[in-house]
Amino acid sequence: MSTKLIYFAWVRERIGKPEEDVELPAGIETVADLLRWLKSRGEEYEHALQYPDVIRVAINQEHVEHREKISGAREIALFPPMTGG
Amino acid sequence: MPGAVVPTVRIQAEDFDVAAEIAKMTRDRADIGAVVTFSGLCRDEAGRLAALELEHYPGMAEAEIGRIAAEAVGRWPLQGLTAIHRHGRIAPGENIVLVVAASAHRQAAFEAANFLMDYLKSRAPFWKKEHHTDGSQGGWVEAKEADDEAASRWKQAVPKRN
Repeated sequence: MSTKLIYFAWVRERIGKPEEDVELPAGIETVADLLRWLKSRGEEYEHALQYPDVIRVAINQEHVEHREKISGAREIALFPPMTGG
Repeated sequence: MPGAVVPTVRIQAEDFDVAAEIAKMTRDRADIGAVVTFSGLCRDEAGRLAALELEHYPGMAEAEIGRIAAEAVGRWPLQGLTAIHRHGRIAPGENIVLVVAASAHRQAAFEAANFLMDYLKSRAPFWKKEHHTDGSQGGWVEAKEADDEAASRWKQAVPKRN
């Protein structure tokens, strides 16, 4: 099953695309696993996810912690801390 | 009036009219004793800033502000609650965000508006990018720790209503 990844703000700019569909390899169970795997996919990902702790994540449009399981996620968004208001 | 209030949440590129939003909330009713509004505007940062570009996460922006607004309705006895957030390019002096809270008495309206803004700043999926008057791109605005602290102070502040 493929998962849609969506990127915003400087995460989007550094990765160089607003979204993509990926096949997650076996063993990627949590958000933290996903970030670690993505970071290894190339220079642009390494640049965007250099400090994984600052990356905020939403699964199916709801905020989650990095320890959250990602099974069943249709849409996972990665973005910097928010600056609205 | 449990469950009576359904918050209005709008995410839009166009400007909003503060007076019109208050009028919409209070029209044809005589039970509202207090309306508190908060408007957030774009500053020019002493002439340095030409515009802000507001990126947002369509769908989640509405959903997240809706969740925060629903929590406010659960915590304070409100008779109306509206939150409007703009996206796209916004020039200094223009509106960015509006919160309108109505209640029988002022305290609930003040607190609910304050709560909504504090949570919105740290949880609503919006990101500001600066454009400078000298033509340079100013980069992304960094999140302030003070905004996270402002949101977290509500965790203990008010007991939940049933």
